[in-house]
Amino acid sequence: MTRQVQDAFKAGIPIFIGYVPAAIAFGILSKGCGISLLECFLFSAVVFAGASQFIALNLLMTGMGPGGIILTTLLVNFRHFLMSAYLSTRIGKIAKRYIFMIAFGVTDEVFSVLSFKKGQLSKTFVFILQLSAYSAWVSGTVTGYILGGFLPEILSQSMGVALYALLLAIVLPEIKTSIKALVLTISSGLLNTILIKFDILPNGWTIIVCILIIALAGSFFIATEVQEENCE
Amino acid sequence: MNDLIPLILGMAAVTYGPRLIPFLLMSNREIPKRVDVFLKCIPAAAIGALIIPGVFSATPDMPMAAITGMAFTIIFGLWKGGIIIPVLGSVAVTYLVLLSAA
Repeated sequence: MTRQVQDAFKAGIPIFIGYVPAAIAFGILSKGCGISLLECFLFSAVVFAGASQFIALNLLMTGMGPGGIILTTLLVNFRHFLMSAYLSTRIGKIAKRYIFMIAFGVTDEVFSVLSFKKGQLSKTFVFILQLSAYSAWVSGTVTGYILGGFLPEILSQSMGVALYALLLAIVLPEIKTSIKALVLTISSGLLNTILIKFDILPNGWTIIVCILIIALAGSFFIATEVQEENCE
Repeated sequence: MNDLIPLILGMAAVTYGPRLIPFLLMSNREIPKRVDVFLKCIPAAAIGALIIPGVFSATPDMPMAAITGMAFTIIFGLWKGGIIIPVLGSVAVTYLVLLSAA
């Protein structure tokens, strides 16, 4: 039990460190857009979805109405449907009421850490991990809103790299030991680049399409390898 | 600025829904082998698309800065592993590159 808690905090610290700068950037932008501190706080505390919050700010500035912004948010965040589908296979039998809490915290980064953790996921581990992510995101947002004006532009821009580095650092150990993971990661990134270049899909859909196509292709081409791993 | 609370609640609903529904549908259900293999391929595919090509415009004024930062993450991550140093290091490297160009 204590070991589990320890592991969870160890996994939570990097997410905390990755989220704070990104959240600070969101706080700074919100203030720049003229929304109130309470609204800025509620964005992070109630929606809790990094990318779509930034997109919502952009759309607000272009004058788009709430209907359009909510629809875009749905498209952008629909990838979490696939992530939750995967996670539901990794979390053992737990009471329904916990499911409602765990589902709220399925962000890209929490999902990534959970998906590459070996063995079945305990609710203690998931909760502590999500709590580190949530506290970082909300406190960073408020900090950014209040202190944002004092940070140099170059520093806040550099902090935007943190989330990408976090995702990369999570997948690297997997890539190092498995060609399959490397091929999946790179081909998905390439496909996403192509889809964005051709600009045929609405904002946010490219990532969903990439996950679907690449994971489907993966399940056909490397099915045997995965089956062997499962037998271990 | 209009009242943003309805917008925030709407965004929260369409974010929470897709995160919750699969758990409700899939819990305690036997998953076919094919679907299971497909689901196992999701993490790497998701991370690839989340990073590329977004990272190339993470520092819009100078894309090379973010790329150098990520190069640090790759080198240190493959060499020593871990997450904290690769993440903080990439921010520091990106900052230094931007600073030196400013």
